[in-house]
Amino acid sequence: SSGRCWYHRARGWRMAGAVPFVFLHAEMVAELGARDTDTDPGPGGQKRSLEGTGFRVGQALGEREELDALKFLCKDLWVAVFQKQVDGLCTNHQGTYVLQDNSFPLLIPMALGLQYLEEAPKFLAFTFGLLRGALRTLGFESLVTSSVATLPACKFQVVIRKS
Amino acid sequence: WRGIVLPGTESCSELFTLTYGALVTQLCKDYENDEDVNKQLDKILFSDFLPRGYNIGVRLIEDFLARSNVGRCHDFRETADVIAKVAFKMYLGITPSITNWSPAGDEFSLILENNPLVDFVELPDNHSSLIYSNLLCGVLRGALEMVQMAVEAKFVQDTLKGDGVTEIRMRFIRRIEDNLPAGEE
Repeated sequence: SSGRCWYHRARGWRMAGAVPFVFLHAEMVAELGARDTDTDPGPGGQKRSLEGTGFRVGQALGEREELDALKFLCKDLWVAVFQKQVDGLCTNHQGTYVLQDNSFPLLIPMALGLQYLEEAPKFLAFTFGLLRGALRTLGFESLVTSSVATLPACKFQVVIRKS
Repeated sequence: WRGIVLPGTESCSELFTLTYGALVTQLCKDYENDEDVNKQLDKILFSDFLPRGYNIGVRLIEDFLARSNVGRCHDFRETADVIAKVAFKMYLGITPSITNWSPAGDEFSLILENNPLVDFVELPDNHSSLIYSNLLCGVLRGALEMVQMAVEAKFVQDTLKGDGVTEIRMRFIRRIEDNLPAGEE
């Protein structure tokens, strides 16, 4: 192959899984580095394929962090405040998550008192703020809504806002 | 204070497949407006990039030997075990099963439940999965050549193509003797 390729000293990496990535990166730079200069001379275009690839990897890893934040809500936060975990978590993999609680403690007194379903929102407002606040501290802006079909079961819908 | 779990080895072992998947997806996008996008992509991923899998393997074996303390393999069966149970596990976080040994003991299959390279790629319908799977074959070939084994590696089944499993067929060709280039002492 023409030119020189620099390879990181692999033994310095604690985690073996990162090693093939380092070598792949070197090959990507060797293959695409010169190529990008040919195809797009615009600003930022010179390393377009390389940067675009990095961007996609960053997005994927960031999404993992988002999921971890939601898991924190469902386990640690819920246990701290409600002494139980959320019963189910779903996502559409596009930033919307639904937390399902089959027996939401703040709705139980209301259920027992046979209140009207349309009064449920005032019993959920605090928890909306709780979720939003926790996510803000974890670095995410969000919008929280809910749906209550049968007391005391409740679904919280969390939409992570992309900035 | 953050309730976020820091990446452990699992995230790390996905980094390679995640990156390669992202690369393929990005290249598809970069060339989508080309008149001959399929031909361009095939060229880049098959003829231009494919040999680089070999380069990766050639470097990776050095890291593997230093990291794993695996001794010299006495036969191809031992080699198969090391590839599946040590190397794949260490670098990709998965352990393929070894099956379908030829009677002569010179061919075997690595069975993966899924194709590790396709987890993170969005492939246009008209592209064969072989385009990027061959990178992994190049890695295997390059690595084994550095320990004096000439082998052939190819994907014979792929879950992306509708097969039940992903199967890499490994064939031992010959032992590579140390040859000094002509003219050297």
